[in-house]
Amino acid sequence: MTIGISDWFDLILQCVSLSLFAVGGAIVLLPEMHRFLVTDHSYISESQFTSGIALAQAAPGPNAMMMGMLGWGFGMNAAPLGQSGIAYAILGFILVMLCLLIPSCLLTYSVTRWLLKNRERAIVIAFKQGVAPVVVGTMLASSWIIVAHDMTISVYWPTWLLALVAVLFVLFTRLHLLILLAIGAAVGMSGMIAA
Amino acid sequence: MLNKASTDSTPSNLSDHSPKSLRALFWALSQLALQGFGGVFPVARRVIVEQRQWLTNREFLEEWAAAQILPGPNIVNLSVMLGNRWFGGLGALVAVAGIFFFPSILLILIAICFEQLRGFPLVAGALSGMGAVSAGLIAGSSIKLATGMKDHPISFTGALCFSLLAFIGLAVFHYKIIVLLLALAPVCVFLTYRNISKNKKDSAT
Repeated sequence: MTIGISDWFDLILQCVSLSLFAVGGAIVLLPEMHRFLVTDHSYISESQFTSGIALAQAAPGPNAMMMGMLGWGFGMNAAPLGQSGIAYAILGFILVMLCLLIPSCLLTYSVTRWLLKNRERAIVIAFKQGVAPVVVGTMLASSWIIVAHDMTISVYWPTWLLALVAVLFVLFTRLHLLILLAIGAAVGMSGMIAA
Repeated sequence: MLNKASTDSTPSNLSDHSPKSLRALFWALSQLALQGFGGVFPVARRVIVEQRQWLTNREFLEEWAAAQILPGPNIVNLSVMLGNRWFGGLGALVAVAGIFFFPSILLILIAICFEQLRGFPLVAGALSGMGAVSAGLIAGSSIKLATGMKDHPISFTGALCFSLLAFIGLAVFHYKIIVLLLALAPVCVFLTYRNISKNKKDSAT
């Protein structure tokens, strides 16, 4: 499909309107970005979605950069035929980051003083504790969506198994994240994981 | 620097150090961001409280708690709050720039390399493998977060019910996150608020 100016505006609008709903971090927006970018509009492919997240996790810095990597894929696919996608991809990356961050940063900037003064108030504590269960569910859904793009279990069982092993490692060992990702890369290179 | 690390346990609530310039703030946050794989919280605490001593441990935890309540990435909110605390609006801007500048450049360079190599089956395989591990990492940290809800005001089971509803809504029914959050979060916050107030009354009598 071709991506035009109006699609760029849709992307901007999507990110700006989602910004204030990123309660608990940018990760909670993954299912929504998947719906928008992959399922509904096919702006990016499943493998672009997954690899963007994987690269962002492998690089140092805030996790929120995985959103930028989704913009990266969008820009890559938006490049006109015959042109290198890199410039568009960088534009997509920066645009998504700015649109997702500016609204929430402005909010933080304006309410910080009030919040610090009122952090002991029951309603503030209740908000923090009250959204936690929803955030947990949303994060679980995010990880589910990364793996579950194809449910043909006979083909994809190694993917599920690898993800499950990673869960166990996170829960029961203190192994560094990079080592886990490197193991994943090695298993993937051996050809056991269906792309 | 390390020999001063123990001073964060001093009873004083206000740190008498603060960044001397916007440049110092920018570099401290860049340093912090470049060390952060996965979670930045431990690194943020080490750089800001132990190494630079710009905040006491208690001040840091208070700012962090506030940063978590607000929408947006916690570390970005923390940067805005810290920058604002010391240098106002410009400080907030510089702090967020510090968090993202070098990591973004690095990630973009990595991504450019991978785009050149995407066609190779080995690289494609590596990326799928890393993707599966990424999913596992996110699931693992959400489970860790869930174990923190053991003493939740609406009970552990109650809290897990809300997690389950959110999961099903997103993963099975593909609801929009906005709809889902507006439907679930207010109910859960309300129940939490009610139980907190009730517990307070019970313990007062």
